[in-house]
Amino acid sequence: MKTKTILLAGTVLGAFATSGVALVAVTHAMVDQRIADNQYQAMQRKLAAILPEGASDNDPLRDYIQVEARELLGTDATQVYRVRHGDDPVAVVLEPVVPDGYAGPIRLLVSVMHDGTLGGVRVISHHETPGLGDKIEEAKSDWVYEFKGKSLTDPPPEKWAVKRDGGEFDQFTGATITPRSVVNAVKNTLIYVQNQGDRLFEPASEAAEQPAGDKDR
Amino acid sequence: MKATKGYAGIFGEGLWSNNQMLVGLLGLCPLLATTTSATNGLGMGLATTAVLVCSNATVSLVRNLVRPEIRIPVFVLVIASFVTLVELVMQAFFYEMYLVLGLFISLIVVNCMIIGRAEAFASKHSVDRALVDGLAVGLGATLVLTSLGALRELVGQGTLFNQAELLLGEAGRHLTFHLGDDYQGALIAILPPGAFIGLGLMIALKNLIDKAVKRLSAARRAKPVQAATQPPEPAAG
Repeated sequence: MKTKTILLAGTVLGAFATSGVALVAVTHAMVDQRIADNQYQAMQRKLAAILPEGASDNDPLRDYIQVEARELLGTDATQVYRVRHGDDPVAVVLEPVVPDGYAGPIRLLVSVMHDGTLGGVRVISHHETPGLGDKIEEAKSDWVYEFKGKSLTDPPPEKWAVKRDGGEFDQFTGATITPRSVVNAVKNTLIYVQNQGDRLFEPASEAAEQPAGDKDR
Repeated sequence: MKATKGYAGIFGEGLWSNNQMLVGLLGLCPLLATTTSATNGLGMGLATTAVLVCSNATVSLVRNLVRPEIRIPVFVLVIASFVTLVELVMQAFFYEMYLVLGLFISLIVVNCMIIGRAEAFASKHSVDRALVDGLAVGLGATLVLTSLGALRELVGQGTLFNQAELLLGEAGRHLTFHLGDDYQGALIAILPPGAFIGLGLMIALKNLIDKAVKRLSAARRAKPVQAATQPPEPAAG
C-alpha cells in the first residue's frame, strides 16, 4: 500500500515536471530567434556608437576572432571584432575587462581605429557605486566620450592617468579608483592592439557561424 | 480566514488590507534590489503579477490531483516554469528592460509571496477566486514596487519614470519627469538603505490611513467603541 502511494506521488510529480519542461521548451522554440535577433541588434547598436558612420562594409559581429591576453585585456577569452572596408582594415573592437574596479570587474567595449586612435569606449556592465563610480556609464555622464580620438601618442603614455595622478583624464568627485582603473585598462587595450598590429586582421581559421551576441545568453 | 468571500473582498485584501509587501513583508529581495526607479519597479511588479496569476490558476486547477506530501515540489515546479516563461517572453519583447532587471526576474522563483499565495489561497479555492487573488496580490505588489521606485528615484535622482520607454515603448518617453537640472540627488535613496527607509515610511503611511479610516467609520456608526485590538504582527518572510 505504502509503495503504491509513493509510486503515485512520484508519477504525479514526474508528470508536472514533464509538462513544465514541455511548456518552457515550446516557448523557447517560439521566441528563440527573436531573442537572438534582439541580442544581435543590441550589439550592433553598441558597435555603431563607437565607429565612424559608414566606415565599414562588413559585419564585424560575424567577423571576429577570439584572443587570450589576461595581462593586457584582463580576461582569458575575449572577442576581437574586425571592421573592414573592402579589403582594408578600418578598426578593431575589443571587449576588455577592467579587473580592478572599485566593486568588481567592469566590462568595456573599446574600438581602436587602424591608425591607433580610439574610436570610442563604452561600459557594458559594472558594479560601481551609484552616484559616484557609475559616472563611467554613458547614461550618467559624458566622461567616456573623453577617450574618443586619444591614442598612445596623444596623450603620451605617462599622461595616461587621471588628473590626480598627474595625467590628462578627469576623475570624479569622491571616486578616483573607478576612473583610474578604466583609464589604465583602455591604455592596456591600446598597447595590446599596437603589439598585435595587423595580426588582428588575419582571416579567422574558420568562418564564424554564430553571430557573436549569442555568448551573452 | 473566512471560507466564503466575495471577489471584492479578495481583491481588497490582496491590494490593500493584506498587501503581501506592506503587511506580509514578503519579497524583500526584489523590493530592495529593483526599486531604484519607478520604471524598474513597474516592470518587476508586472512580471511578478504575471507569474502570480498563472501559478495561482494552475495550482488551483490541480489542487485535487496533488497529494499533500508532494504539493510543495509541485508548486515550485509550476512557479519555476512560469518564471522561465516570463523571462523568455521578456527577453523577446522587452529586451532592454530585461537587461536592466536581468537576474531578478529569475529570482521571482524564490519570492515567498508567490509560493505563499499558492499554499495559503490557491490550493484551497476555486480557479476564479485564485485568479482574482493572484491579480490582486500582484497588483498590490506592483503598487508598492512602483511607488517605492518612484520615491527613491525622485529623491535620489530628481526624475520620475526615467527610461519609461524601455517598458512602455515610445509613448513612455513623455512620462519622464525631471525635477530640474540643479537638483543633485540624495544618494542614500538609491542605495539599499534608501529602500528600507522608503518601505518603512510606506508602511507607516498605510497604518496611518488605516487608522484614520477606522476612526471615521467608527464615528459614522455613532458607536464610539475604542478599538483596542491591534492588527496582528506581520510575519517576516
